[in-house]
Amino acid sequence: MKPEELMYAKTHEWAHVAPGAGGAKVATVGISAFAVEALTDLVYLDLPAIGRQVTAGESFGEVESVKAVSDIYAPVSGEVIEVNADLPEHLEWLSEDPYDKGWVARIRLTSEAELKQLSDFATYQRQCEEEQH
Amino acid sequence: MRNERATQLLFELSHPGRGGAVLPACDVPERPLAELLGAQHLAAGPPPLPELAEPEVVRHYANLSTLNMSVDTHFYPLGSCTMKYNSKRNERVAGMPGIVDLHPYQPESTLQGLLALLYELQCYLAEIAGLPAVSLQPAAGAHGELTALMVAAAYFRDQGRPRTKVLAPDSAHGTNPASAAMAGFDFVTVRSTPAGFVDLADLEAKLDDQVAVFMITNPSTLGLFEHGMREIARRVHDCGGLIYLDGANMNAILGIARPGDFGADMMHYNPHKTFSGPHGGGGPGAGPIAVAARLAPYLPTPVVERVEAAGGLPPRYRLAYDRPKSIGRVRSFFGNTGVLVRAYAYIRTHGPEGLRRVAENAVLNANYLLSQVKDFLPVPQGDRCTHEFVASAAKLKAERGISAMDIAKRLLDFGFHAPTVYFPLTVKEAVMIEPTETESRETLDAFAAALRTIVAESPELLHKAPHTTPVSRPDEVRAARQPVLRWTAIK
Repeated sequence: MKPEELMYAKTHEWAHVAPGAGGAKVATVGISAFAVEALTDLVYLDLPAIGRQVTAGESFGEVESVKAVSDIYAPVSGEVIEVNADLPEHLEWLSEDPYDKGWVARIRLTSEAELKQLSDFATYQRQCEEEQH
Repeated sequence: MRNERATQLLFELSHPGRGGAVLPACDVPERPLAELLGAQHLAAGPPPLPELAEPEVVRHYANLSTLNMSVDTHFYPLGSCTMKYNSKRNERVAGMPGIVDLHPYQPESTLQGLLALLYELQCYLAEIAGLPAVSLQPAAGAHGELTALMVAAAYFRDQGRPRTKVLAPDSAHGTNPASAAMAGFDFVTVRSTPAGFVDLADLEAKLDDQVAVFMITNPSTLGLFEHGMREIARRVHDCGGLIYLDGANMNAILGIARPGDFGADMMHYNPHKTFSGPHGGGGPGAGPIAVAARLAPYLPTPVVERVEAAGGLPPRYRLAYDRPKSIGRVRSFFGNTGVLVRAYAYIRTHGPEGLRRVAENAVLNANYLLSQVKDFLPVPQGDRCTHEFVASAAKLKAERGISAMDIAKRLLDFGFHAPTVYFPLTVKEAVMIEPTETESRETLDAFAAALRTIVAESPELLHKAPHTTPVSRPDEVRAARQPVLRWTAIK
């Protein structure tokens, strides 16, 4: 996936929304390249449980680097229907390929209204630039 | 000259049958162990401990110690840790036979000297805090936080209106949320403004009648005095909540400002930072707390009390347990008295004016160093600080790929301990520098000059630093993911 085509939460998660089985939309979510870079060397990743109901903004996973432990926040609300189960053993995917191999979870949306809270790529880039200084 | 043989692992130096102890002949009839303990309790053989003679052991540790950095050997500007030089006088006092040879089960009447000292220390800590009641029991700063939050919980329960939440700013020490959770509270983070102060609007939004305590580190971990402190305290008190002061940075305000006067209801001290206790080393620490009068009944037992005697006799000191509202013991015996004796000696050595000068010089040194480095290592929170400041390598990272970690590692090559890096989390590529009051201007100048040199060096050189230490950069990821904790695992 191209970073330009994704949507971003202020807390640095990305989401890519596509139609899923049965009509409801499904968001593939992950952590942005900027966030992975800021976290430095990653050590552990905790994935959410499949079937868990999450609300946008809720912490639903955890990533630990040699520097700190950080929450991963759900960028959208819905049910976790799939997780990237191999990712915890291949944390290098998060830095090498954060938008494809480094995806974290798929969430079946309960509401599309919240997507308006997410930023487009250009807005997100400006946010990152501000945070860098 | 490095003796690399002596610094091998003790297991590698071991030689079967070697030893350093000469035991006297047994003067009681010998009986087989199996008969005494039961054969089922005996191991199949002795544990695989290293066997060495005394000189080998002494050389091993003496040489290892030379590979380390300490305040006695190097400038150690580890921000937030207050690595001041600890005078040998306090060590001597803490090692006096009248102190170290006491046993806590001795009758109280034979412990009067130590109890008098601890009582006086309670009074000094109360005076410095501006809060009248003190417990010397907690064994560390974080333990002090936990104890104070347990005291707060007991207070609210006793009032018949228990509360559920503890708040702290996002720049707080990680121990704050941990202590809140341990004491059974839900923890809520309050945002900081870009300038590094508590965001009053965010605080207001999170305050309600379930907030038991707002924990604040003031001066903050950014080395800023929270100027809105009284307003913050007013708002928290209006909601019926308490203010907890994380006293990690008391070195900046000793004798100048008293937490009790600027709104705190409870606080802890870190004697190892502020009052010259030893840092770490695995030894016991202390984290005494001071609280407002209305919280005093809930303090842990025992507290040291002074009982006036009639007829011109000297006062007696006793350990008071008869406090029905107390949360009970949080530590065995009187707490870790060795550290408390050092704090007592430090406070008595300096006196009130001396303690104020400690704070003044700590602030002066930090501001001087800030003025020497800010032009090449920006300090986002401005040109003034209290006892420490947080510079940022974010610009260097973006432009030349030089990180805070690179700078920290390279400083070791220049004979300086590294500053704290990547804390507080609110500053990108944070380099947190705290020189303390015990450093000379020459040392500060030399450190600033080293930093100036480093930021101009090639990124390739810096990424591989340090170049002069026995171990350069350990693989932290592998150490965390695949730790090798036993010698037998690498054999």
